[in-house]
Amino acid sequence: MASAPITSLSARPETPFARRPLHVTQDSIWVKWILVAGALLFLGVFLLLPLAAVFTEALRRGAAAYFASFTDPDAIAAIKLTVTAAGLAVPANLVFGIAAAWAVTKFTFPGKSVLITLIDLPFAVSPVIAGLIFVLVFGAQGWYGRYLEAGSPWLPWLQHWLIAQDFKIIFAVPGIVLATMFITVPFVARELIALMQSQEHDEEMAAVTLGAGGWQIFRRVTLPNIKWALFYGVILCNARAMGEFGAVSVVSGHIRGETNTLPLHVEILYNEYNFVAAFAVASLLAILAMVTLALKSIVEWRHAVSRCVGAS
Amino acid sequence: MSITASAITKTFGRHTALAGVNFHAPSGKLVGLLGPSGSGKTTLLRILAGIEFADTGSGAVHFGDEEVTSVPAGKRGVGFVFQQYALFRHMTVFENVAFGLRVQEKRKRPTDAEVAARVRELLQLVQLDGLETRFPSQLSGGQRQRVALARALAVKPQVLLLDEPFGALDARVRKELRRWLRQFHDEINLTTVFVTHDQDEALEIADEIVIMNQARVEQTGTPQEIYDRPATPFVHQFLGDVNRLRAGPRWTSLLDVAGDAPSAAPDGFLYLRPHDIEVARFGDGRAGVPAVLVRSHTAGPQARLTFDVIDTGERVEAVLSRSGLAQLELKENAFALLRLRKSSFSPLPRSDFSTQINHPEHG
Repeated sequence: MASAPITSLSARPETPFARRPLHVTQDSIWVKWILVAGALLFLGVFLLLPLAAVFTEALRRGAAAYFASFTDPDAIAAIKLTVTAAGLAVPANLVFGIAAAWAVTKFTFPGKSVLITLIDLPFAVSPVIAGLIFVLVFGAQGWYGRYLEAGSPWLPWLQHWLIAQDFKIIFAVPGIVLATMFITVPFVARELIALMQSQEHDEEMAAVTLGAGGWQIFRRVTLPNIKWALFYGVILCNARAMGEFGAVSVVSGHIRGETNTLPLHVEILYNEYNFVAAFAVASLLAILAMVTLALKSIVEWRHAVSRCVGAS
Repeated sequence: MSITASAITKTFGRHTALAGVNFHAPSGKLVGLLGPSGSGKTTLLRILAGIEFADTGSGAVHFGDEEVTSVPAGKRGVGFVFQQYALFRHMTVFENVAFGLRVQEKRKRPTDAEVAARVRELLQLVQLDGLETRFPSQLSGGQRQRVALARALAVKPQVLLLDEPFGALDARVRKELRRWLRQFHDEINLTTVFVTHDQDEALEIADEIVIMNQARVEQTGTPQEIYDRPATPFVHQFLGDVNRLRAGPRWTSLLDVAGDAPSAAPDGFLYLRPHDIEVARFGDGRAGVPAVLVRSHTAGPQARLTFDVIDTGERVEAVLSRSGLAQLELKENAFALLRLRKSSFSPLPRSDFSTQINHPEHG
């Protein structure tokens, strides 16, 4: 009979099982404090101590020496190059991220899962390997080099133009920008895909029935709904673009004042035992990291607020 | 503006959502598309709206005399209200309603003053004036629905399409709002089609009901026609409680007027509503089907009684007034006689079933 399982269910509270404490997550006070202390100690040793060390070492010879490190022409060139690389890579990935997220979440097409997997590729590949791939493709001995030397090339005018300009990719600025772009591909796209997959498309559909065109729908309906995730992706993307070392190191060639980004400049100064300057430049990157974290927290808070308000 | 859809077929992969469906909404009427979930009613509504399109080469949609089969939603002149209303979360009530006006082509776009006037007029119409600066999250479910309605009406649509307009509301608000919608429809006098799975809702407010099941239309008619003369066993079962009994002389011989006797539906069963069944005290001298009262449920305006028919073991539900039950002095496990109420049956002979069923062939 159907009533049999009901009786056995209702009998359950009388078993000893039911007399266990209500708060199953309640552990002893010792466990609690050991865990808290362990976590704090770890944070202190591995995060706060190095951060403090950067600023102490940078300011060891006083503020004048600290600021002098930034007026060095090589340092200025490194800052400029870093800003340029990030300034090109971030907008490119912003556009790509929106396009990819739009394509992945609004349409079904063959190869969609491949695209989603490929977006994560830069996270899976070691940055050094990524840099090497660019050297192999665009280096003097790579496909690009062979194209420049080919007797009867595809698009001869392009070959002429590239030779006339002496256009180099590897050991030059374009290579650094390319490597930075590659490394930072996932940041914006992943944020947006996660958010847009969780959102219904009803608002866009409603806009369609009200006569809005594709661009109007994107600008007036989609963009306002994704703006915080977009901003979040952009600041993380920027932080990575400015801080990238491995891939950029391989394609850069370390030409002072020309192909050195900030992280590469730190390494060079350090290898030359110029500790104050090395840590001073490193402190710039540390400040960038802290600003990024602060912005990230603000965005997360804003995003949570807008989600609460937007929840229906 | 009337809406006509003919021979619409829609498949999603291997799933057939609509199989050669014909639909007509007369101009100015409130038409309910009624059916269980998965019956294809929402797909049909979306095809009427131009959000979905019928399979290529299968039928046509007309608004009045104009063919709109391949016209997209934005150019079709439809007002569409989504089930969850799909209000723009980041816009105020005012901006939500104004959206359709603001995205019009430059030469047709009204000035800010005209937009403001139109929005105010619409908000007054749906009784939401004063809430212009609120965001959707600050409104109740019923208010959101009315914002969605005002937004849909802003672009002066030719027809209004509502997808489960009361689906997201709690029971009490539902009842209030459906009466309001009926009044509202009479005021604006716009051909309106709404989708619902709630038969009470459709029966109460629609001028015409189209009942759908498994990608097909089962029956079309006024609420009265559909309730009194269900065309198919499905419609009978779908429109509220019904007893499904094996046909036989046991029931049909109980009524002396021949035309009034129920005949079996095409599937060989008798479909009798609980209020078609009369309960009498056992041994009152008249004919009846002997049964045992298994359960009586009296919490509510009427008493619901469950009987087991003695010779077949079939279960029968009957409703009667609570005073009627008190007069019978019927207790659980007591015997009773069941009869059919004469007045319940339609004068139409039930052989009309086959002609009312709308099952277009496809292929």
